[in-house]
Amino acid sequence: MLHLFNVKSPHSHPQLSPIPSNSPYKQLSGRLLTRNEIPLDENELQQLIQHEYVYKLPSITSNRCGRCGADESHLFGHFPHCVCGCSCCYCRNCVMMGRVTECESLYIFSSCTAFKKHEAPCNWEGNLTIGQQNAAERIISSIKRKEELLVWAVCGAGKTEMLFPGITYALRQGLRICIATPRTDVVRELLPRLQSAFADVDIQGLYGDSEEKLGSAQLLIATTHQLYRYTHAFDVVIIDEIDAFPFHNDKSLKWAASRAAKKASAQIYLTATPRKEEKKRIRKKQLSAVFIPSRFHGHPLPVPKLKLTPTLRSRLSKGALPSSILSHISNQRKGKRQLLLFASTIQSAENIASLLSLHYSVKSVHAEDPERADKINSFRNLEIDILVTTTILERGVTFPSVDVFVIDAGHQVFDEAALVQISGRAGRSPDDPDGRVIFFHIGKTEAMLEAQAAIEKMNLKAKKQ
Amino acid sequence: MRCIICFSPVLPSVDWTTFLTLQKPVKVCLQCSDKLSGIEEPGCPQCGRADGAEVCYDCERWERSEYAGVLTKNVAVFSYNEFAKELVARWKYRGDFTLIEAFTEAAQKKYKNHFHSMEADLAAIPLSKERLWERGFNQSEALITQLGASPLSFFKRKGSEKQSKKGRMERIGGENPFELIGKPERPVILVDDIYTTGMTVRHLGRLLCEAGCPEVYSFTLFR
Ligand SMILES: [Zn+2]
Ligand SMILES: [Zn+2]
Ligand SMILES: [Zn+2]
Repeated sequence: MLHLFNVKSPHSHPQLSPIPSNSPYKQLSGRLLTRNEIPLDENELQQLIQHEYVYKLPSITSNRCGRCGADESHLFGHFPHCVCGCSCCYCRNCVMMGRVTECESLYIFSSCTAFKKHEAPCNWEGNLTIGQQNAAERIISSIKRKEELLVWAVCGAGKTEMLFPGITYALRQGLRICIATPRTDVVRELLPRLQSAFADVDIQGLYGDSEEKLGSAQLLIATTHQLYRYTHAFDVVIIDEIDAFPFHNDKSLKWAASRAAKKASAQIYLTATPRKEEKKRIRKKQLSAVFIPSRFHGHPLPVPKLKLTPTLRSRLSKGALPSSILSHISNQRKGKRQLLLFASTIQSAENIASLLSLHYSVKSVHAEDPERADKINSFRNLEIDILVTTTILERGVTFPSVDVFVIDAGHQVFDEAALVQISGRAGRSPDDPDGRVIFFHIGKTEAMLEAQAAIEKMNLKAKKQ
Repeated sequence: MRCIICFSPVLPSVDWTTFLTLQKPVKVCLQCSDKLSGIEEPGCPQCGRADGAEVCYDCERWERSEYAGVLTKNVAVFSYNEFAKELVARWKYRGDFTLIEAFTEAAQKKYKNHFHSMEADLAAIPLSKERLWERGFNQSEALITQLGASPLSFFKRKGSEKQSKKGRMERIGGENPFELIGKPERPVILVDDIYTTGMTVRHLGRLLCEAGCPEVYSFTLFR
């Protein structure tokens, strides 16, 4: 257990009595909450504590936050707390989820409830590809054996559908399942798809400002941050995009993810671009993995071409582009596809967009852009031809027919994972499966070569299958 | 050192000038301090709004209303941009008290520039009891403490506060939610986190003026 996330084992708490499945308190099972998050009056709560359905634990002990596991001194602050009258310690790491304060307790709700056993929960009628089928079987067996499994599926493999058989199996057994993802957009996108595939199952989507607040469902789709509020709750935890921000470099989120799973549980990780750490564990056979090297439409991944443009940075610094890139763009515009241009910084994205706007219909977008969603939509609706973006569009978004250019691909923001993800934006549709991907650079970097090699390797694997 | 805002490591620049002048430790990293935009002067001489040196439209309207003359001027430290909104939400509503340290140095400087030689009392804006218990601290008192002064309580809240839920016009027409409980003898500087419409400080300013306060100023972190 917890092989993948090399984190200290989360604290254990005394054995609690299972909340009966007909109890109204069942909806709080597996939660770890602050007092003001609990929708019960003091009397009710005290009774639950007496019956050992609820365990009360100190919120901050020996410089560690009981909710998020933060233990570095800069993650704690003090404030003059008018409630306790002291200079009170609180956790700054998880403060955006509501403040955890040393003078208040945390409450753990017993998790050992039986959920409904569904006979035939899945009404999805599509077919899985051979690759998806293979992964689906591995997922089922890891749920049966309560093991870890890493699913390494290329961009566009159709990873949601290949989860369906495993979810179906778990629902038949009356297990509780959580699909967690680092990004809110993904929760919003997955929820309706799962609701239509599992129409009779209690499914909730939980994220920072979701309408749903309770998070009591048998099948929960949540951001990884929401896992701070669960403990030993799920029989199956599926974490999507384990290599994505903010999950991949946040040990506190990993800690919370492993605590949210029951002691005996299946943990399934999905990624298109595992980090070095995970790859090493796969090689050493410390982590079982299954590959899905081909896309659902069966065509190979577009392999990026590397183009040397020595004057790139000096032109960029003047808000301009080398003429060779401009002519690539003008040639690209003669074709039918739209163009997705990746830039290394917000400034350079804006500069490039304003330069190109003299000749093309173009917009730029970045993470803090208030019009981000609108701009992405207008690109999707073919209202603009070129979208210049920072790395925020490296994953998740799918446009049916684009070519992808990366300007200054040697910049440090473009690591191997980012470049593989970016290349994965091209050729997504079965109607147009081969978009062009070009990395413009001032000198090859390891990241570029590794990304190229990784993509070629996957294509080779796909061929053999 | 870690950046107070984003926790990324802030490397102390060790060269001879910093070594000799014994600079204070840097609390905010470059990326974060770039996003916090200090209010350029001269702005509106009355409220500190940063887009022009003339009295702005809002203030002109105030001076034509029944609140004319109750507030001599507002001084603000930063403009209330998107980043500032995020920080205020995290500081005040989520309760990340420590963030105040990111503003302290600039606030002290600005305060000194404008009120240096003034003999004045610093007054905190009261919160309702429920609100105070929810947040755990009063942001306006916290600010006054950071300025090195001790907050005086001149006011009390009458009912509950639901100000932010109402529109601007409603608020301007609204009844004064405060009452005076102290006696102002010298000029008073009202200290708050944000100056948005200016209603709150004028409600309080009017009470002070009616009680004979010689002059009322306000000092806010954001405008
Ligand atoms: Zn915490
Ligand atoms: Zn306290
Ligand atoms: Zn910072």
